[in-house]
Amino acid sequence: MSTLQLNKAVVFFEVEILDAKTKDKLCFLDKVRTLFFSFHWYPARQSIRLDPKGKSLKDEDVLQHLPVGTTATFYFRDLGAQISWVTVFLTEYTGPLVLYLMFYFRVSFIYAPKYDFTTSKHWVVHLACMCHSFHFMKRLLETLFVHRFSHGTMPLRNIFKNCTYYWGFAAWMAYYVNHPLYTPPIYGEQQIRLALIIFLFCQIGNFSIHIALRNLRPPGSKTRKIPYPTKNPFTWIFLLVSCPNYTYELGAWFGFTLMTQCLPVAFFTLVGFIQMTVWAKGKHRSYLKEFRDYPPLRSPILPFIL
Amino acid sequence: MSAATGTSKTGHGDGAAKKKKGPGALATAYLVIYNVVMTAGWLVIAVGLVRAYLARGSYHGLYYSIEKPLKFFQTGALLEILHCAVGIVPSSVVLTGFQVMSRVFLTWAVTHSVREVQSEDSVLLFVSAWTVTEIIRYSFYTFSLLNHLPYLIKWARYTFFFALYPMGVSGELLTIYAALPFVQKTGLYSVTLPNKYNFSFDYHAFLILVMVSYIPLFPQLYFHMIRQRKKVLGHVEDYSKVE
Repeated sequence: MSTLQLNKAVVFFEVEILDAKTKDKLCFLDKVRTLFFSFHWYPARQSIRLDPKGKSLKDEDVLQHLPVGTTATFYFRDLGAQISWVTVFLTEYTGPLVLYLMFYFRVSFIYAPKYDFTTSKHWVVHLACMCHSFHFMKRLLETLFVHRFSHGTMPLRNIFKNCTYYWGFAAWMAYYVNHPLYTPPIYGEQQIRLALIIFLFCQIGNFSIHIALRNLRPPGSKTRKIPYPTKNPFTWIFLLVSCPNYTYELGAWFGFTLMTQCLPVAFFTLVGFIQMTVWAKGKHRSYLKEFRDYPPLRSPILPFIL
Repeated sequence: MSAATGTSKTGHGDGAAKKKKGPGALATAYLVIYNVVMTAGWLVIAVGLVRAYLARGSYHGLYYSIEKPLKFFQTGALLEILHCAVGIVPSSVVLTGFQVMSRVFLTWAVTHSVREVQSEDSVLLFVSAWTVTEIIRYSFYTFSLLNHLPYLIKWARYTFFFALYPMGVSGELLTIYAALPFVQKTGLYSVTLPNKYNFSFDYHAFLILVMVSYIPLFPQLYFHMIRQRKKVLGHVEDYSKVE
């Protein structure tokens, strides 16, 4: 075969997979096209499915248990560049933590120069900073030590979208709460105290749910089970709600809105509520589809309402 | 040898293909009426402009002669968002919403709100562009719904935009620009600190942001129309080549 012909011929590879110990031939692939050796199609971005428009097969799926005959056709889809959930979460949560503190300490170029590195005279502003920082530190620690993710990765473009959302809103809220012309809540101490109680209650609640969900799943596994109330009273809300983690999260931000009496915070709470409701409804629907005996009393996010 | 039992998947695929069927008879009748009314409305505006010009003998201040029908029919276009949301028109709610809202914004939040720009020539520039565009667009929809679209209308819709888009965009940008000093002076639609909601909004800065947004957005819309033109009108040129 001359070199000219080689250039025009499509090169096919034969691949055989042998057992390392016995050298038995486990699998033989002939006519593997060179495309498949493209180094950038790492496993996380491969989607193999039985139907071009269908759902992706899972890593755990076994060929024998799939609804195919002795000749199987699979469809490959490139999911695009992937990034791990942990990386995304850590990045999107560190931003608000750092940004809010920059506004709190009134770093240069944010407010008028005469206010640089001054502190607010309202104690609720200090309290709000503590709450906001606590919230995001909690999220970071949960990402590192609590959550068990079913999918390792998500599309790379999500990190830009997510960070814009979290970082943008954090800066917008922080600007007003830490502003020299900030106006504290109308009902003063009463309002702030109530808001703090709601906030703390929901933080504990949210954490309790995360722990309960973690305990449903053994380490390294991706099993899905119906969550039920545990001995912890904060988990009893599972009786009425499918995704109480979102319920508590909404409650916490509601508390923060009440504490700061700041319209941008209210707006952030509203947008978060809408997004979490969409997620909760989706999760609720997939619970119903997957489990025949799913408790009928439960609503996605708000007891009896939504 | 058992056949592949993946038929469940293909069944699912069939179901998905049957999803969009288009508007029913009642919806079609309503849409025809809607588009006819809008065509008529913008014709009224066109006639109003011409008559006012002939009466005054100059281009200045023609806005006042068509102010009311302009507000009425441009605002009425908000219904088109509803049409998409309900599904009787197969367009994206977001895209339609964006286009209609930008028109409504210019009509109410700029031209109506800042009296001083109403006598600007830039207003006439975008109003004329809108008028011609809408007359063609609504008659296009009307004829399409009746399955009787004259080639001339189709050609006009996908050709006139070459000039009308830049005309409209220029008129809009110049008008917003003209409004800026008045907005800054009067603090129109602006909220300053301190206030009990701990919120502020600078309409002047917002308008500048709107103007800047035209830079990425206008080329996208323009080139989208050019691509559409090739798709819709392109095949006719192929036929003539064959002959």
